[in-house]
Amino acid sequence: MSDAVTLKFRSATEETPLARWVAIGIAVAGIAVLVFAPLLAVFAEALTRGVGAAIASLANRDAQSAIKLTLIIAAISVPLNAAFGIAAAWFITKFDFRGKAFLITLIDLPFSVSPVVAGLCIVLMFGTNSLVGGWLVASGYPIVFALPGIVLATMFVTFPFVARELIPVMIEQGRAEEEAALTLGASGWRTFRTVTLPNIRWALLYGVLLCNARAMGEFGAVAVVSGKIRGQTATMPITIEMLYNEYLSVAAFSLAALLTLLALVTLLLKTALELRHADQLAATHRA
Amino acid sequence: MHIEIDEISKQFGTTAALHPVSLSLPSGALVALLGPSGSGKTTLLRILGGLEFPTSGRVLFDGQDATGLSVQERRAGFVFQSYALFRHMTVFDNIAYGLNARPRASRPTKAEIARRVTKLLDLIQLPDIGARYPSQLSGGQRQRVALARALAIEPRMMLLDEPFGALDAKVRKELRQGLRDIHDTTGLTSVFVTHDQEEAMELADLVVVMSMGRIEQIGKPQDIRARPATAFVRDFISA
Repeated sequence: MSDAVTLKFRSATEETPLARWVAIGIAVAGIAVLVFAPLLAVFAEALTRGVGAAIASLANRDAQSAIKLTLIIAAISVPLNAAFGIAAAWFITKFDFRGKAFLITLIDLPFSVSPVVAGLCIVLMFGTNSLVGGWLVASGYPIVFALPGIVLATMFVTFPFVARELIPVMIEQGRAEEEAALTLGASGWRTFRTVTLPNIRWALLYGVLLCNARAMGEFGAVAVVSGKIRGQTATMPITIEMLYNEYLSVAAFSLAALLTLLALVTLLLKTALELRHADQLAATHRA
Repeated sequence: MHIEIDEISKQFGTTAALHPVSLSLPSGALVALLGPSGSGKTTLLRILGGLEFPTSGRVLFDGQDATGLSVQERRAGFVFQSYALFRHMTVFDNIAYGLNARPRASRPTKAEIARRVTKLLDLIQLPDIGARYPSQLSGGQRQRVALARALAIEPRMMLLDEPFGALDAKVRKELRQGLRDIHDTTGLTSVFVTHDQEEAMELADLVVVMSMGRIEQIGKPQDIRARPATAFVRDFISA
């Protein structure tokens, strides 16, 4: 049996080194070409006339207004969507009722409807020619071509993110822990605060980050409802497009680079949180 | 506490989980609800705990109608099938949960809560695990922590859903005696659900055999063994 020692066994799921390196190579090349290179190009383009020019273009009044508007929109629509998402996911996973599948489909609707169509719906609903819109404009609260319309459009487009992240997690966790809290005398609200919310916090964080990234980056729906009024209703993505169309490439790419950085910051934030709570994550996920 | 179940039925949509059943559980007894899956035993337990409400009938605790009491008002120490420990809390916080959830006026002080949790950890013979998370415990340890957590609220009764279901055979036998001891120490009326006839017969003072949402027989283990009331009971306990 001495030659048995020299035999090398490979586990059923292990691949040959060649296959492994080819797979890794394809993945790395794909990420480099499709994700990393374009990102680098944006930054390179922004800095073609130096850091000074890039910063100067960002200090422009219209650029400042666009940045402020985009941050305001995210600050309004993300918390609201987080609240709606939690409510929807909680309702769907903790209760049995007729039409549940239909409701889940409805939540996904914004993913399948083109953002431009969504924007047009809002214009139809709240535009000056509509009943509601006419009344609102007359009362001094215009929706379309103003902040409320942009927020509505953004919320419509980003609605599924939080709920979509939460539903599978909450289904997997079941209702037992909540029931246990109730039998121990906790009120419904206390149960939600001390048991439900901590159990979904990572999924919630992820959903909120995705929602935020999309809220800041949304173009199509916002383009329709905003009217693209420079310095008033033009968000960062819209201003970028306008600048680009006017061949102001340094200004366009500087703003684009800033938008990219905002997205990267949220991703870094998530990674930092995960690292900091790594042991806790491991402890709570192994069960 | 004496528990009286009076003509309780439960309907889920068009299917009857429980046909009207009546049952009287003497104070301080350790009662087994025994039956195959789908026999309605867990439904009955959840109705006692206030997690389900009956379609008809009444539940009486010490002669008082408790049917309308909310799950919180029942004050039942409920042990769930896979224990449902709060995975993001330490064992200490799990056991202290019910005390911390009390309204401020009746909530014990921090020191008092700590003292009680320590005492419960001693009772379940795991004094040193307070700082651990549920995922760092063995199945048997989790079961005992779930017991301690349920006992912490000073319950009026203990309700246990397949308390040994998630354990392997060896640990299961060891923990049977543990449950019996805790029952005898606390003197609480305890109801546990099981599909294992050996477990029911060995552990319980009173065994309720159920099938298809009906009670087939109620009796002491030796009586059920000696005189099975129906063909179903005879088949089931000889399995």
